[in-house]
Amino acid sequence: MSWLNNLRPRLKFLQKKDSPDNLWMKCRGCGQMIFQRDLAQNLHVCPQCDHHERIGPVDRFTQLFDGGTYRTIATPKVADDPLKFRDQKPYPARLKAARAATGDNEAFLVARGAIGGVDTVMGVQNFAYMGGSMGMGVGSAFVAGAREALKHGLPYVVCTASGGARMQEGLFSLMQMPRATVAIEELNEAGLPYVVVLTDPTTGGVTASYAMLGDIQISEPRALIGLAGQRVIEQTIREKLPEGFQRAEFLLEHGMIDKVVHRKDLAAVLGRLLGMMTGQVKDAA
Amino acid sequence: MAQPVIRELKLVSFLEFEKPIAALQERIDALEGSAEGSPVNIAAETRKLRKKVDSELARIYANLTPWQKAQVARHPNRPHFTDFAEALFTDFEPLAGDRYFAEDEAIMGGMARFNGRPVMIIGHEKGRDTAGRLKHNFGMGRPEGYRKAVRLMQMADRFGLPVLTFVDTAGAFPGIEAEERGAAEALAQGTAACLRLGVPMIATITGEGGSGGALALAAANRVLMLEHGFYAVISPEGCASILWRAAEKAENAAAAMRISAKELKELKLIDRIVGEPLGGAHRDRAAVFATLSDAIGDELASLEGLNADELRRQRREKFLAMAQAA
Repeated sequence: MSWLNNLRPRLKFLQKKDSPDNLWMKCRGCGQMIFQRDLAQNLHVCPQCDHHERIGPVDRFTQLFDGGTYRTIATPKVADDPLKFRDQKPYPARLKAARAATGDNEAFLVARGAIGGVDTVMGVQNFAYMGGSMGMGVGSAFVAGAREALKHGLPYVVCTASGGARMQEGLFSLMQMPRATVAIEELNEAGLPYVVVLTDPTTGGVTASYAMLGDIQISEPRALIGLAGQRVIEQTIREKLPEGFQRAEFLLEHGMIDKVVHRKDLAAVLGRLLGMMTGQVKDAA
Repeated sequence: MAQPVIRELKLVSFLEFEKPIAALQERIDALEGSAEGSPVNIAAETRKLRKKVDSELARIYANLTPWQKAQVARHPNRPHFTDFAEALFTDFEPLAGDRYFAEDEAIMGGMARFNGRPVMIIGHEKGRDTAGRLKHNFGMGRPEGYRKAVRLMQMADRFGLPVLTFVDTAGAFPGIEAEERGAAEALAQGTAACLRLGVPMIATITGEGGSGGALALAAANRVLMLEHGFYAVISPEGCASILWRAAEKAENAAAAMRISAKELKELKLIDRIVGEPLGGAHRDRAAVFATLSDAIGDELASLEGLNADELRRQRREKFLAMAQAA
């Protein structure tokens, strides 16, 4: 099959068509084969087991903004490889692959639209782009979104999905944590809501900064959320981790988030909260 | 300034790349041992050997690789928070507890006087011996430690005390309880607390600057770094095991991540390098205490006179600028 797999992307007329490879997919929750179209129609939530499949910025914007309409906000371009980082694969090659796979320049996109009638700026992190890792590009996009909200006096909603900092940018990646924190402080001081939607997975430096500084913290069901990786913890304490450790429900139980919300209810919950926080929407009753 | 207690440590454990020095030191010790009560004059010979030690040290330390620097930064005899607190300050009054859950001795803090001026000092303490290392959890802070740091920073702000931090940690402690009690949130609040301060804040990376656990005490107006410290987004071993799938490639990872003070200063991610005595801080503690005290004094003087808004604004702008445009 391998020569065929290599050939297929190069044959342009084949690309648009559904091939048997992507008509069906195996649910990562229950292992059942699901018809892709059914999954898409169900907001990428498994109809069998309710597993919330990871989704990218475009799906997220479409699902959460009223009527699926929004305008994307341009984010700053940053230097691609500040350290000339080389591991087994040069960093620019990894960026190129991520850009080809997602069609986006970075792992964080910003858009403006209405949620439940409330004019809102939203940032969405894309796990499919190098594990949603946070480097200068992600940090700059986060700050740009916050500044857009600040400029127009709007709430800022951020959907996180990240394995953590982008090691290939060394300490620059760590410094995106204080950068994002400053942007959040500015929103706080202006009295503008900053709401975080934690999605699967949100770990490392992202959790240790902007993912945990929301006025309100909402998570999708079963999302993995934590600081340290599970393997690192197991190696440190030499114990098996309990079932459900670092899942959204675990964080809810320990008081670290406000709510766990099913994807089908997310837009409505956000709309209600933003309406009350901004006073933009009058009581519907 | 209080008198530093330990002038020279007799018991120095040698690092792998210091083998030539260990061999010379052995010869010196042997000569001195045999000379006891003997009439033979060995002064000339030991003087020669000591000179050799110095030149070897100079040669080795001038060419340390980033990975070797990481090992120096982790050296067991390297001065720790407790040592800096004793040597650079007077009237140190340690303060404990986060007021929510527990006291975490991985992060210590309290009020003290720096050249007579009251300040708040906070830092990671790794512990000196086995008992100490367990008590201080090897300098790996739990959420409580970071929440205590936030409490002390807020108090410093209320009473107009500059905040001086000393960073030396492999990272925040990765454990079940730490995650249960919101380790990530505690770190995020630590960084936010630094950025909110209306008093001068100076952070010094004295040894290991391990990722978010370091940053939560280091989002300061001035970030100083001892010459052989390192500051990284992930440990070289961690980076190697993820990107090279082999922890033994830590040497490559250390080089690729640019973790040394010199490189980070060039990238404008830290503000000032504080020189160490020949062969590292652990070989002459008094010297490093004096140099660091002067450097902190300088930086503090440059921040005095700025009002709260200006201190906050400068600090925020400095961190906001930490990205390179395309």
